[in-house]
Amino acid sequence: MNLFDYPLDPALILQKKRSLKRTLSAAPGLVPKRIALMSGSTIGEIKNILELFLLANGIQPSFYEGQYGLFYENLVFDDGSLAAFAPEVICIHTSVHNIQHWPEPGEGAEAAGQKLAAELARFKAAAKAALGFGCPVILNNFDLPVYRVMGNREGSAAEGRVRFVRRLNEALAQLADATPNLYLNDLAYLQAVHGMDAFSSQTAWYAYKYAVSIDCIPYLCQSLANIIKSLFGRNKKALALDLDNTLWGGVIGDDGPEGIVLGNESPAGMAYSEFQSYLRALSGLGVLLNVCSKNEPANAEAGFARADSVLKKEDFVSFKANWEPKHLNLAAMAKEINLLPESFVFVDDNPAEREIVRRELPAVTVPEMTAPEDYIKALDRGGYFEVTALSADDRKRTEMYRQNAQRAALEESFGSYEDYLKSLAMVGEFGPFDAAHAERITQLINKTNQFNLTTRRYSAAEVEGLLGDEGHITLYGRLLDKFGDNGIVTALIGAVKGDTLDIELWIMSCRTFKRQLEHAMFDQLCEAAAARGIKRIVGHYYPTAKNLLVKDFYATIGFEKTAGDAAGNAEFVYPLKAGRAPLCHVMEIRQAKGAE
Amino acid sequence: MDKQEIFDAVQQIFRDNFDDEELVITRETCADDIEDWDSLEQINLLTAMEKKFGVKFKLEDVRGLKNVGDLLDLLGRLAG
Repeated sequence: MNLFDYPLDPALILQKKRSLKRTLSAAPGLVPKRIALMSGSTIGEIKNILELFLLANGIQPSFYEGQYGLFYENLVFDDGSLAAFAPEVICIHTSVHNIQHWPEPGEGAEAAGQKLAAELARFKAAAKAALGFGCPVILNNFDLPVYRVMGNREGSAAEGRVRFVRRLNEALAQLADATPNLYLNDLAYLQAVHGMDAFSSQTAWYAYKYAVSIDCIPYLCQSLANIIKSLFGRNKKALALDLDNTLWGGVIGDDGPEGIVLGNESPAGMAYSEFQSYLRALSGLGVLLNVCSKNEPANAEAGFARADSVLKKEDFVSFKANWEPKHLNLAAMAKEINLLPESFVFVDDNPAEREIVRRELPAVTVPEMTAPEDYIKALDRGGYFEVTALSADDRKRTEMYRQNAQRAALEESFGSYEDYLKSLAMVGEFGPFDAAHAERITQLINKTNQFNLTTRRYSAAEVEGLLGDEGHITLYGRLLDKFGDNGIVTALIGAVKGDTLDIELWIMSCRTFKRQLEHAMFDQLCEAAAARGIKRIVGHYYPTAKNLLVKDFYATIGFEKTAGDAAGNAEFVYPLKAGRAPLCHVMEIRQAKGAE
Repeated sequence: MDKQEIFDAVQQIFRDNFDDEELVITRETCADDIEDWDSLEQINLLTAMEKKFGVKFKLEDVRGLKNVGDLLDLLGRLAG
């Protein structure tokens, strides 16, 4: 049982934090990140527990701790220490205790409005100053006050504190919605989930100046870590779903499609239907749904053919209904759709199946699924698919992966791989980074792990800084074919140093491996570089736990290895000559038409 | 719970919290004796004890706790 999956045991996490830190820090391939934690109240233990949740998500944080209660001063009047720390994320841990000027009963709506504007201005100024450091900023909204002098009227009168907090929260939501790089950590929702009396312990406040009960610190940290890991592309990407007693009640092989429990006729049927609706909504966000069930395929499909089944067979990318062990099916599924097992959440009501998958595939996330009415909660509270940005590509992802499966079927009918590629009628569209595509490019940079030569990550601000920058050559590529549009799937950043181009980043999404898109991309790069008078191109390979795939990539496209060390870091050089012949002959090449 | 049971449970909490299965405490053990026993850890120790003994400390209870002996006496009063 993974301590960081649903259901959390906060007391155990607090108590075992030292041994947990020791174990988690020993995992290979952790990505270091600098995180500034700004204080509106005590942050000591929040830092320690946040560290655990980040480690559990593959992130090794180093922290800048703001001074007690001085979030505003530390951000707006930085003494240079925060700038020197160069944060990659700033978390501003504010709460209802940081509201300085409350409205008073009897002073009228106008005075309350002025106080609201003044409070908002202060938090906005802190957020704005934080955004000035060029990294994502996470700001708490406000928990509700624990007492109500006027009773219920506190929630309706302009001078009421409850209404004041709700108005502030709405204003912060609008701010976050309209401000790139600013994210809200929903403290108000957390307080509601756990209950005010449990979440906002007055002992913790008076005795230690914690805005949140000690027991609830792990929930707060889980919420923050979910946003941070999502920003750095560490979300889960796919679900492997059991069927019987998971997506419907009963055993379809025994009960038949008409006998399974699903739909509005029974309490359990409603719970299963709502779970299916929840999964379909996840699919709409780009989470890939897959079936991993011990069943005859025809029986499994019959369940989704029912008129009242929310999910249909077409909603799934990989459909494994057979009698193989589940961990083998899951591993095969991951390979089929080019994802790592660690990108999967395995959902099964059977504790024995969960245990086998945990044991055989420890990277897979396996939440406890107890009763159908709690299935949604088990996934939802885990925050495995936390959304920090939603691109058009996310919404189309299931379709794109299904097209990939069709391509794979086609591949088998061709004599040579090149013939197959030509039959796809591929079009590669290339262009320098532009404002219209910056968000998707940033997302791709931060979540691509396999075809990634340097694994250097860029914030949205850094990518924006590259638009039109004379010192760099940037290039993105989109791939279309007869099955559909794969969207923007590759990007490259090179720094111009005299007549040398140094490739600082080269990434490609795993869904377009083996399409020679990397060759087309290199042809484009050579053209752009030649136009700038570049004579040599330098590439680097920095090994991580995940990018072994591209260890020798530069050598395969004509680079010569010029340096390397024991850790596997290597440097390659390509002399750019006039009249170079292009590498890629299997697709039509188009130049992107400026900003769309 | 008798005094020995309380002592054993408190000792186990110290061992868990400080990640040291060999740790041996006495009534005189105080923050100066254990490197990681700072004000932050004090809060965690108290939270773990509340959980273990099913008690809730009041603000007044947790003031002026000097050493393990004070903790044991407090728990003896509330959970004894």
